[in-house]
Amino acid sequence: MPLDEGFIGREYPPSSPYEVSREKIREFAHAVKDDSPLYRDADSARAAGYPDVIAPPTFAMRLAMTAQDAVVGDEQLGLDYDRVVHGHQAFRHHRPIRAGDVLTAVVHVDDIKSRAGNDFLTVRAEIGTVDGEPVCTATSTLVARGTAEEGEQA
Amino acid sequence: MTVTLAQVNKGDELPATSVRVTRGDLVRYAGASGDFNPIHYSESFARRVGLPDVIAHGMLTMALATRLVSDWVGDPGRIVEHGVRFTRPVVVPDDDEGALVELSGKVTAVNEDGTVKLTLTAKCAGQGVLGGAYALVHLP
Repeated sequence: MPLDEGFIGREYPPSSPYEVSREKIREFAHAVKDDSPLYRDADSARAAGYPDVIAPPTFAMRLAMTAQDAVVGDEQLGLDYDRVVHGHQAFRHHRPIRAGDVLTAVVHVDDIKSRAGNDFLTVRAEIGTVDGEPVCTATSTLVARGTAEEGEQA
Repeated sequence: MTVTLAQVNKGDELPATSVRVTRGDLVRYAGASGDFNPIHYSESFARRVGLPDVIAHGMLTMALATRLVSDWVGDPGRIVEHGVRFTRPVVVPDDDEGALVELSGKVTAVNEDGTVKLTLTAKCAGQGVLGGAYALVHLP
């Protein structure tokens, strides 16, 4: 069954606060094979004008994904996660994420459509500090392959 | 050192790189990112959902393409916007070689507001794996 387009415009409650640590940034930078000193060395980061080490730009996905879980796990929407692949991703950075940030994300359903038997779900996570400073807007399109066919049993 | 706007011209090419991605790298990325979808580590699961084999996290490929940009800029915090479509999976075989992701990019616009638009390509086994990949960087 195709996903219900009535979910377009829905907003989910904010994700639990996530505290960004220097060690998590270092671990993530290592995992994406990026050796920039701005991710590892606070002095280098300060020399570049930041208060502490910054995170690689795609680290924002960590926050966006947690927020998306509210949509992905919404039984009323009924997304079959086993069939989901990532179709599109975009970030708009208001400022770099940095060590010491305590972040939360509010996820919005921007679009739902079915095409060629696949469901396309576009969600936008507005990531910011718990004090309300905007940090990043992360927009993701998730594709559930084959789930929009009539009569399909997931 | 951060590249400056005055140094950049439309048509400039970024230094191309290639990055090898193995199953071990996918495990490491899963742990660091929190994305534990089994299509990124279990061949039997991947095949059951219609994939040819274990595939890399799309976000890992995007991170590699982002690094091409940040290495060129010098300061990753200068990236204000970037986006990709995941057009083809990066299939990662269970061997020491893994998959080789080849990355390139060029300057497609130098804007009056101090931003520079870059278009990026990522290929694996000769085929593009990202579509419409771009980054917008704000240069001093």
